[in-house]
Amino acid sequence: MFDAVVNNFPFLMGGFWVTVKLAFFALAGGIPLGILVGLGRISHNKWVYYPVTFYVNLIRNIPLILVIFWFYFVMPIIIGSPLDPFPSAVISFIIFEATYFGEIIRAGYQSVSKGQIEAGYSTGLNYIQTTRYILIPIALRRMLPSMITQAIVTYQDTCLAFVIGLPELIRRATIVDNLEVRSVQLYGFVAVVFFITCYIGSLMSRRFEVKEQEGG
Amino acid sequence: MYLVQGIWVTIKMGLIGWIIALSLGVLIGTMRISPWRWLRFLGGAYVELFRNIPFLVQLFFWYYAGPMLFGKSLQYQINSIIGLNYYVAIIALGMYTASRVAEHTRAGFSSISRDHYNAALSTGLNHPQMYRYVIIPYALRIIIPPLTTEFLTIFKNSSIAMTIGVLETTFMSYKIDSETFHGLESTTGACLIYLALGLAVVKLMGILESRLKIRGTIGR
Repeated sequence: MFDAVVNNFPFLMGGFWVTVKLAFFALAGGIPLGILVGLGRISHNKWVYYPVTFYVNLIRNIPLILVIFWFYFVMPIIIGSPLDPFPSAVISFIIFEATYFGEIIRAGYQSVSKGQIEAGYSTGLNYIQTTRYILIPIALRRMLPSMITQAIVTYQDTCLAFVIGLPELIRRATIVDNLEVRSVQLYGFVAVVFFITCYIGSLMSRRFEVKEQEGG
Repeated sequence: MYLVQGIWVTIKMGLIGWIIALSLGVLIGTMRISPWRWLRFLGGAYVELFRNIPFLVQLFFWYYAGPMLFGKSLQYQINSIIGLNYYVAIIALGMYTASRVAEHTRAGFSSISRDHYNAALSTGLNHPQMYRYVIIPYALRIIIPPLTTEFLTIFKNSSIAMTIGVLETTFMSYKIDSETFHGLESTTGACLIYLALGLAVVKLMGILESRLKIRGTIGR
C-alpha cells in the first residue's frame, strides 16, 4: 500500500530535514531583519522611512518564486561565481519574509494606543521604562499570533525552493515518483507531513490568541 | 514577446481562479457560521486542510496523483486532455484561495455585532430578509479590504503553476533565460509585470471600496 514511501523513507525524511533547516535559517534571518524593517516603517526620518517603504511595497508585490529566481540569477553577477541553491534560497527567503514580519511588527506597534503610552509617562516612567514595561509587552502579545502564523507560512513557502533544484521534501518526492510512479501515496505523504506540522503550529497560534483575550 | 503571452495566461488564471475562489469561499465561510453542527465541521475541515498544506504540494497532488484516483481506464482519458496542467492549476488555485476567502467571510460575519441582528429582527424583518437586507450587504463591504489582499495573492500564487509547466509569466521569464541566458533581464521584466498588475488591482478595488462605502463609518 505505502511501499514507495516505506522503501524511500530515509531519503524522503532527509528532504524533510532540508526543509526544516531552510525554514530555520529563513526565520533566524527574517525576524531580526523584519524588526529593523518594522522600525524603519515607523521611523520619522524620511531618509529611513521612504527607502524601507519602497523595499516593503516592492517585495510584497512580487511572487516569492520570482524573488528566488531573481536572486539565483543576480548572485553570480555580484560575487562572480554561481552560488549553491541552499544559500541562495536562504538569502531570498530572508529578504522576502522580512517584509512580512516588518509589517506585522509595525501593525503591532501601531495597535498600542497613545493613551497607554501617555499613561506610562504620567506615572513617572521615562522613555526607556515606558518602552520596556508598557509598549513592548502589549505590542508583543498582540503580534505573537500573527508572528506564529507567518512563521508557518514561511515554513510552507520553503517548498518553493524546489524551482532552483534544492533537494527538499517535495523535490525528493518527485525524484522517487519519476522512478516508481506512485504519485498518490508520495504526494499524499508529503501533504500529510506538511498538514501535521502546520496544524500543530496553527493550534499553538490559536492558544496564544485565546490567552491574550483572557488576559484582557 | 514570450512575456506578453505569459501576462495573458497569468491574468486569465487569476480571474477564473478568483471567480471559483469567491463563490466557493463565501459558501464555505457561510457554512462555518451555520447553526448546523456537521455543516460547520465540514467547512472547518475544508479550511484546515487547504490552509495547512502548501499550495505547491496541492498542485502536485492534483496534477500527478489526481487522475490516478479515478481508476485506470479513466486515468488515461484524463491524462490525454490537452492543456490539463492549465485547468488543474486554475481549479487548484481556486480551491486553495477559497479556503482563505472563507476565513475572511467568517471573520466578516462575526465582526457584525449581535445588536445589528436584533435591531433588524425588531423592525419586523424575518430571518431571510434580515440576511438579505442587513447582514450580507454589511458583511460583504467589511471584507473588501482583506479580499483585495487575496485578489493580489491569487496573481502572485498563479506563478507557482509554472512548476507543472503552465506557460505563465514566471515560466516565460525562465524560458527566456534557458534560451538566451538573459535570466536577470527577463526576471526583472517579470517583476515589473507583477508590480503593474498589483497596482491595477489595488486601484480597481480602491474604486470599488469608495463606491460601496458605508456612510457614517470611518473612511479608509
